[in-house]
Amino acid sequence: MLLRRKFADLLARAFAAAATLFGLTWLVWILWTTLSEGAAALSPRLFAAMTPPPGETGGLLNAFYGSAVMVLLALAIGTPIGIAAGTYLAEHGRHSRLAAAAGFINDVLLSAPSIVIGLFIYELVVRPSGHFSGFAGALALAMILLPIVVRTTDEALRLVPNTMREAAFALGIPRWRVTARILYKAALSGILTGVLLGLARIAGETAPLLFTALNNQFWSASLAEPLANLPVVIFQYAMSPYDQWHALAWAGAFVLTAFVLGLNLLVRLCARGARK
Amino acid sequence: MTTPHDAPPRSGAGADRAFELATAGAAWFVLILLGATAASMAWGGRLAFETFGWGFISGRDWDAVGGRFGALVPIYGTLVTSFLALILAVPVSIGIALFLTDIAPRWMRGPIGIAIELLAAIPSIIYGMWGLFVFAPFMAAHVQPWLRDHLGSLPVIGAAFTGPPIGIGLLTASIVLAIMVIPFISTVARGVFNAVPAHLKEAAVALGSTRWEILSRVTLPYTRSAIIGAIFLGLGRALGETMAVTFVLGNAHDLSFSLLMPSNSIAAAIANEFTEADTELYRSSLIALAFLLFVVTFLVLTAAKLMLMRMGRLQGRTH
Repeated sequence: MLLRRKFADLLARAFAAAATLFGLTWLVWILWTTLSEGAAALSPRLFAAMTPPPGETGGLLNAFYGSAVMVLLALAIGTPIGIAAGTYLAEHGRHSRLAAAAGFINDVLLSAPSIVIGLFIYELVVRPSGHFSGFAGALALAMILLPIVVRTTDEALRLVPNTMREAAFALGIPRWRVTARILYKAALSGILTGVLLGLARIAGETAPLLFTALNNQFWSASLAEPLANLPVVIFQYAMSPYDQWHALAWAGAFVLTAFVLGLNLLVRLCARGARK
Repeated sequence: MTTPHDAPPRSGAGADRAFELATAGAAWFVLILLGATAASMAWGGRLAFETFGWGFISGRDWDAVGGRFGALVPIYGTLVTSFLALILAVPVSIGIALFLTDIAPRWMRGPIGIAIELLAAIPSIIYGMWGLFVFAPFMAAHVQPWLRDHLGSLPVIGAAFTGPPIGIGLLTASIVLAIMVIPFISTVARGVFNAVPAHLKEAAVALGSTRWEILSRVTLPYTRSAIIGAIFLGLGRALGETMAVTFVLGNAHDLSFSLLMPSNSIAAAIANEFTEADTELYRSSLIALAFLLFVVTFLVLTAAKLMLMRMGRLQGRTH
């Protein structure tokens, strides 16, 4: 009896260790593929030349530029709205029905299929205006960023000790100044973590850009026109039959993965360091 | 209970009111955004729903030239890949969560936990490229021939393992999806395992329980609703995943019961075909698909959230 129980225990432990190893194997396999294929295709031209037509050499400069513009614009739109909504959930509307409903819906939006968000912006912006645009792409990315910022702002503000609010109110400081000057400062690292993790998330989003920013083979700095961007270029080049395009797609995939995982690691390590 | 939140208005009352209204407006905005998305998908898909009625869900034809659209194949592909992914991902995720809360040496838990979470950070297009260029050829060369030779001749389930080993298809897509949802389920499971009150586990230890007995008789029963919530969260993610599935599922509009055959999913059909949809009815059908996907994921994610909240309330009671 005891032997059987010990055997079951051993089996469970071995399974748990094997499951962890199983999970880590994929991480290593995927990272190794991206590294080896991407490093082989890296060259200075990547950051100096435009996306080429089939059969010619080129780089991804316009894609990097378009992605950077859209991601920054999405941050500029999504962050203030997200922080404001998160502030309502944690502070001004705490215990209210609106806050409960918005918090619930926000968590649903957090995992909503990004392709549906792309179609929504298509219906809202692209179809009425008659053309794909970098602006529409930025809006779609902002909509994906928003719930991430709301959630992390809410959580960061809730971690601020109540004594800090009480002390500020006792000094007669108006409530909005307490929030703006004291609570935001106390919750800053938490909010910043959320914004940076959101940035890492939207930098790699592909589906919502397919029907909003589309793609552009040429240099374009106008947000009113289709805008080249890294994820969609990777998608189109990887799906193409041309070897040179495959190599560029791998190079782009390598840069994207390095950026996203590097940012993730940095933010997580900093957040851990700050907690200690 | 008086909290600082009930502080009386002071001299800055006007500014206070404006600040509160602005934040409340942002909260409303979140609510409206979800409603507007659902409404816009329903509106965009109305032509397809009006034209085909229930046949839109049960029809098998997806004929862009003839203008007849039935979504059975993408719906089938979405459900099959998501459920297969969960069957694979759930035990692995629970195993990882158990390893990280109870079994691994303490110094190992942090780094391995971060590594597993990094799996969730990898952009889905990278999963797709890796799946198409590396994993699908691996499946075609090593796994699928074996499955076909050893399982293909069995009664009943044999039908699921017939066909040429071409790499891409339902099985490959399910495995890639499983890898993608493992970090979501295991992270939530790890969190709730850690939230099990220590005195319950200590009592079990005092009675001479092994770790497996603590897990199966204390931890899992205590966290059951939250674990189901975590699984639903993973399901919600799997249903809506687009890019990775688009790469490895094969975009074939045939109904196939073999897991080795290419198929289609709702998200992949939209990603592949939307920019090429040249008629109003075609476009409307794809948006109608998005509406179905949105409604189903909304229900699944709502269920997930309710299950996770139940666990929170349970804790509120026991402490």
